[in-house]
Amino acid sequence: MRQLATIAAFAAAVALLPALTSSGVVLNIAIMTLYAALLGQAWNILAGFGGQFSFGHAVFFGTGAYAAAVLQARFGWNAWATLPAALALGAAVGGLIGALSFRYGLRGSYFALVTLAFAEVFRILANNVEFTGAGVGLMVKLQPGAAHLQFADKAGYLHVILAFVVVGLLVSWWLKHSRYGAWLQAVRDNEDSAAALGVNVFAVKLQAIMLSGALTAAAGVFYVQYFQYIDPSLAYGPAVSVEALLGPIIGGLGTIWGPILGATVLHLLGEATRGLVSSLPGVNLIIYGALLVLMIMFLPRGIIGLVK
Amino acid sequence: MLHIINFAHGAALMMALYGVYFLHQKAGLDPYLSLPVMVPAMFAGGYALYRFVVARASHGKDENILLVTLGIAIVLENAALTLWKSDTRTIETGYTFTTVAIGPAMIALPKLVAFGGAALVAALLLAMMRGTDLGRAIRACARERHGARLVGIDVEHVFAMSFGIGLACLGAAACFLLPAYYVNPQVGSGFVLIAFTIVVLGGMGSFAGALLGGLLIGVVESIGGLYLGESLGQIGIFLIFIAVLLFRPQGLFGARA
Repeated sequence: MRQLATIAAFAAAVALLPALTSSGVVLNIAIMTLYAALLGQAWNILAGFGGQFSFGHAVFFGTGAYAAAVLQARFGWNAWATLPAALALGAAVGGLIGALSFRYGLRGSYFALVTLAFAEVFRILANNVEFTGAGVGLMVKLQPGAAHLQFADKAGYLHVILAFVVVGLLVSWWLKHSRYGAWLQAVRDNEDSAAALGVNVFAVKLQAIMLSGALTAAAGVFYVQYFQYIDPSLAYGPAVSVEALLGPIIGGLGTIWGPILGATVLHLLGEATRGLVSSLPGVNLIIYGALLVLMIMFLPRGIIGLVK
Repeated sequence: MLHIINFAHGAALMMALYGVYFLHQKAGLDPYLSLPVMVPAMFAGGYALYRFVVARASHGKDENILLVTLGIAIVLENAALTLWKSDTRTIETGYTFTTVAIGPAMIALPKLVAFGGAALVAALLLAMMRGTDLGRAIRACARERHGARLVGIDVEHVFAMSFGIGLACLGAAACFLLPAYYVNPQVGSGFVLIAFTIVVLGGMGSFAGALLGGLLIGVVESIGGLYLGESLGQIGIFLIFIAVLLFRPQGLFGARA
């Protein structure tokens, strides 16, 4: 219960942020941090709680983003209506990849590589079929208003992404306290003994990748409403896959707050270096990469591991 | 061979290509003559990288190696971007556009040399794996890590050596590649998945498999490009990769299921 109270306090504090500042820059940093945190939370379900490291989470993100963009731009759907469709598609793609790779027993790095290859396949497909707008990408019409999930000011977007992140927090909390979560963590810690104790390893992993895929697709829907544009490299390129795994690893794998903590640290660090050396492209990414190596080397349990 | 999946392979190749490029531009060294510089340099870099970074960070887990090498790849790629900007660079040599006629086919000389060089490197590697103590030690570590340690093999040293040898091959590849190719900070990422595909297809740890896998992938890429167009054609490689991982993870020529 105390953790639920913390989640509520966090939600209230972030929701009040626009009352404290109307600075578009500050709110944009907050939005992008929450967006990265959401990607991280989704990745954390599968990797942190389930022990299955995906290197291709862009496949779910891009599917959600394209589901929203195609349904809105081509079929005139309302943005809210695209959300359940995107979630379902994200889960379906997760189910497909999960069913194939877990059925044939891919583990560890082989699973990581197969997810990466799936993301590449989807990127090439999106680049070559007509209804995704191919290489040109898709523009979504700007229709500010809560009814269209789009807003004239940053505060609206902040509240939407905050709501998604709170859902992510609740899912993580549930994984910590439910029977299913215990199964999933048992599979992570030792697949063979979990199976010996009667856990249906295949089903548990499959459900985890579907849940993770759906939550990642939500981030894709948000991305399309925020930027009103998507193309194959943005949707399925490796940048999203990397962003999804950085936060949880730096914050703390398999924890409720790790993804948010990691995303916050990364984005503040990124902003700080961008302010210092704005003339050099790629410097903030050098720091991200170095941080990734150093964290795994010295703090494999993330920043949260320091506290506990 | 040792199930080290190195994500930084592409980035290391990119660095090697830059090395060859700058040796040519600054020191006027012919790409083929930079072999004796690049191969030892890449070997030393690879050995040190494994010893001091990868081995320490991996804590004995496969996934960590993947993540650490991914981090290294991000650092290298963006360091190159910061230092040398994103321009694509090529070098001009006297023989860049020379072609040789073999029967009815006209083949660019640099590509022919690259083919010969690749074959030579493969032969040397094979001889090393078969005939030297190091080769035997590598094979022992691949098969049974703890057993190898028990009979007195310095496992960490062997892993670092094979990592170094892998990067040394990239140094050689860069020397053969650059006269016919180009270099920019992103050049490596295109090679990473293709290299994984070839290795997985041929069977992990099998050299003959890697060679045949390489040929097969080349053919698939060309045929895919011909029938499906330049950009959709690449899909064949990834589909093969997924299919092999799922249905035949030991590879086409791998020994063990």
